[in-house]
Amino acid sequence: MMDRRKFIQNYLPAGIMVPSFVHGMGIKAFNPGHSFLNNLLLPAGDNDRVFVLVQLNGGNDGLNTVIPLDRFSNYVNARKNIFIDESKVLKLDGNRRVGLHPAMTGMQQMYNEGKLHIVQSVGYPQPSFSHFRATDIWMSASSSNQILNTGWVGRFLDEVYPGFPSGYPNSTMTDPLAIQIGSVTSMALQGPAQPMGMSISNPSSFYNLVNNQVDPTPNTNAGKELKFIREMTNQTQQYGGVIKAANAKVTVQNPYPTSNSLADQLKIVARLIKGGLKTKIYMVSYGGFDTHSAQVNSGDTSSGNHAKLLGSVSDAIKAFQDDLKYLGVEDRVVGMTFSEFGRRILSNASMGTDHGSAAPVFIFGTKVQQGVSGDTPAIPVTATVGDNIPYQYDFRSVYSSILANWLCVDNNMLNNVMLKNFQNLPITELGTCSVINPVGAVDDRIVLYPNPFHKTLSIQFKTDGGHTLVQVLDGAGRLIKILLDREFQAGTYKVDFDGEYLPAGIYYVRLQNMVFQKVKTALKV
Amino acid sequence: MITATSGLNPYTGTWDQDAVRHLLRRTTFGAKRSSISSFLSLGLQGAINKLLDDSFQLPLPPVKDYTPTSAAVPDTSIVAGATWVLDPATDGTVAYYRRAAFKKWWVLNMINQQDSLVEKMTMFWHNLFSTETNDVGNAQYVYKHHALLRANALGNFKSLVKSISIDPAMLVYLNGQNNIKTAPDENYGREIQELFVIGKGPGSQYTETDVKTAARLLTGWRINSTKIDSYFDVTRHDTTDKQFSAFYGNKKIVGRTGANAGIDELNDFIDMLFGVDEAALFLCRKLYTWFVYYQITPEIEAAVIVPLAQILRSNNYELKPVLRALLSSEHFFDVNSRACQIKSPTDMLIGMVREFEVSFPVATDYMTNYGLANLIVTYLTNLQQSIGDPPDVSGWKAYYQEPGFYEYWINADTLPKRLQYLDYLVNTGYTFSGFKMVVDVFAYAKRFTNPGDPMKLIDEMVAHLLPLGISVAHKTQIKKDILLSGQTSDYYWTNSWDTYISTPANVTNSKYVTTALTKLVTYLVDLSEYQLN
Repeated sequence: MMDRRKFIQNYLPAGIMVPSFVHGMGIKAFNPGHSFLNNLLLPAGDNDRVFVLVQLNGGNDGLNTVIPLDRFSNYVNARKNIFIDESKVLKLDGNRRVGLHPAMTGMQQMYNEGKLHIVQSVGYPQPSFSHFRATDIWMSASSSNQILNTGWVGRFLDEVYPGFPSGYPNSTMTDPLAIQIGSVTSMALQGPAQPMGMSISNPSSFYNLVNNQVDPTPNTNAGKELKFIREMTNQTQQYGGVIKAANAKVTVQNPYPTSNSLADQLKIVARLIKGGLKTKIYMVSYGGFDTHSAQVNSGDTSSGNHAKLLGSVSDAIKAFQDDLKYLGVEDRVVGMTFSEFGRRILSNASMGTDHGSAAPVFIFGTKVQQGVSGDTPAIPVTATVGDNIPYQYDFRSVYSSILANWLCVDNNMLNNVMLKNFQNLPITELGTCSVINPVGAVDDRIVLYPNPFHKTLSIQFKTDGGHTLVQVLDGAGRLIKILLDREFQAGTYKVDFDGEYLPAGIYYVRLQNMVFQKVKTALKV
Repeated sequence: MITATSGLNPYTGTWDQDAVRHLLRRTTFGAKRSSISSFLSLGLQGAINKLLDDSFQLPLPPVKDYTPTSAAVPDTSIVAGATWVLDPATDGTVAYYRRAAFKKWWVLNMINQQDSLVEKMTMFWHNLFSTETNDVGNAQYVYKHHALLRANALGNFKSLVKSISIDPAMLVYLNGQNNIKTAPDENYGREIQELFVIGKGPGSQYTETDVKTAARLLTGWRINSTKIDSYFDVTRHDTTDKQFSAFYGNKKIVGRTGANAGIDELNDFIDMLFGVDEAALFLCRKLYTWFVYYQITPEIEAAVIVPLAQILRSNNYELKPVLRALLSSEHFFDVNSRACQIKSPTDMLIGMVREFEVSFPVATDYMTNYGLANLIVTYLTNLQQSIGDPPDVSGWKAYYQEPGFYEYWINADTLPKRLQYLDYLVNTGYTFSGFKMVVDVFAYAKRFTNPGDPMKLIDEMVAHLLPLGISVAHKTQIKKDILLSGQTSDYYWTNSWDTYISTPANVTNSKYVTTALTKLVTYLVDLSEYQLN
């Protein structure tokens, strides 16, 4: 209510009451505990685990990051102008096959302390060499030839917190589901109906957003966009207070490197975690990895642009880990780095590397298993321009393993999020999920069964009465069928959808009942 | 999904203020009240003719507004206020100041734009052929690149792509200058197909081999920083034949030798790219997303995109016939095409400065003008539209990223900032060198037909500022709460306004009028409706 009162003080003549400004769409959702949905919710967030995604934009050169010591002569041969001198490669305890780039002393130390796991050659079949398509693939966790308009984190959060944003925040989930540090919300956080997370660049300053009198939105494209802006206004207003409060609780942190934007972002993340947000997912990003040219300095290949980039990443993650320890929340956090692709095996004449395919990812935290998964990538004796590193691990196996073993997602939910079964990799400590699927909520607005379905999908839905619409959309959001579109008496009904002739994949069932809307995921097998 | 079913038939509906405002909001950065009335009298065809007229003089180039005391090699030969665009300085600090001057100059051009499509189309090309000044570094290249876009804003798509391919800034940005026969760099060879001409639409079938082959064809181009121009070095050029895939009709471009090999092969390559149907379809989809909406349904593809692409091809890739057809179509004026864009940061901020006719110092006072423009540059950057520095080579997400498109401008970080900046320019203003850049709410109100009538004033302001409008009940509430201070009789406002006009020295009354108008304008620009375009 603070914002509203302040608005009235600031913007309207003193001494008058303006009842029209004091009702409206914001209040119900703004007051935790006021939502009718609360009765339906079971305690969420039985675990307090957090997952941090570190995106390295541009396509990080994996071969000069995790250096193949056991195939060194082939590596040197393929990268005559940019290879890292063997004597400078940072060694890993108990592993002679690979070493780290000389700038990555922080992550070397993390490895040796058992806080780092490396997965070699992460990718997917038929890799895309386009930054944008490859980024979408990583964010949506789609196959190369599949277009999905939801992100994998968005689908996960939609499973755990169904119906978001309607009914949120509430007494069990008071906080944003996911937070991206920065000003652009990633595709990864896109849910079936809207983004499931929010972007912030400065957790201490939220400008005084106000809800003005609200006119109805017309049934046009303009109405659609207006509705979106109003929803964003409400969400921002709702969560501004809790973020500011969490941020303000932490006044002392362990030092971070300066002039390092990734460190700046991770510092905010650490503060919000310690400050008590129940937010499950954080995303940060760091750019500049598209090193077509001048990747290294010609005099000393261990210096140059790539060294600066890797040094910043390593310093930032090390400082973050140390700070989490200092703040006493180290055991609650696991993080992961990823990039849309690796780079070509053969370096080019501009002292750089062109777009490639598979590359290593790093998983960090006290609860990871120390080690390197997978073999050192095969490098031909005489690499040619078209040679790429074949993938050993599907990137979706990495996501899937994190979801199952760290975020304790059960198999059913995992299927809905990842859209098929992926290999479970031992990258975090196993057997730590004592409660199966500990987060979640009962939701009876739409129940789909059987799910996954093969032929007929039965859809049970509950309407409050009035105009009710049930649609089936495909994974790309295209309308497949309108199952019903008419007036209903309040109650629970059932309708069958015949999907026998549809290709296997993800489908969405959307219920719209006056102002209420809800989307659920169905999997056709 | 809501689908506008109308097509490219000329719009025959009413040519009223709403239609004019819709056209001007999409084709320029914000419409002044005076432009709205003059366009109303021109009629639709006259209005399109005016928007397509690019015969006016190009703006004078950016000038030196800095004193590079910390530069190792300061550009002392350029006097303050003179342009630097032809001076081949390479000092990093000097380049930094020049790039900053360029951005301020660009903002001033947008603010002072003609009622023409040139400014919006310059931004369109910047977004399409995205380059980043921070990566290019050399400010002279940055300006030259921008001048190329500006001079050809309403020109020919095909010839622009050809020029862009050997433009110094692009040769730096996508590594063309490092693309040599012994180790081709694929960056430009890929993006010219993926992002500039062919795209990734359903009909795009070029192959990875085409990318590599294009890279070989484009080998040998270099830059001369003294001449601020590119040149061709045949010793770096791959002279073998270039065999393209079935998508390009298995075209083989014969490898050339000699000084003209580069340009000859480039000509063949451009002809080949533009010989594919997808090229025109690609650009028309981009133009549609820029000027109309982002959802291109199969119906819109058939009724709008395909015929537009035919116009583009049959006019040998000249832009004007396509822009004319789209912007005068019944589809463009369809209710479903109106007010459905979310303002980009430039739409919003430059638009606001123009809508409210915020005054600036005389043009000769370049220092103050640049100083004020710098605030706008900073605001735009904080709102995620750093002009000259899009996020990457694909431009801003708002114009390509499924499924949200324009909605990616708005999030929990940028939305509060949008309101904060708007409020700042209405309530506080930004002062530089003693000159205040602020919305003059009184001058703004005075431009309406009868500002003493509170309902009429609100009606006209809402029509000017909010493309969707607001309800009568809402307007009545605002009138009562803001202009009438909670009273019910319109007389209170009329009396205050009349007194303000007749006796501005009445301090108490003047303060009341100014405060009420400031609140009114703040209220209107803070509405979600103001974010629509």
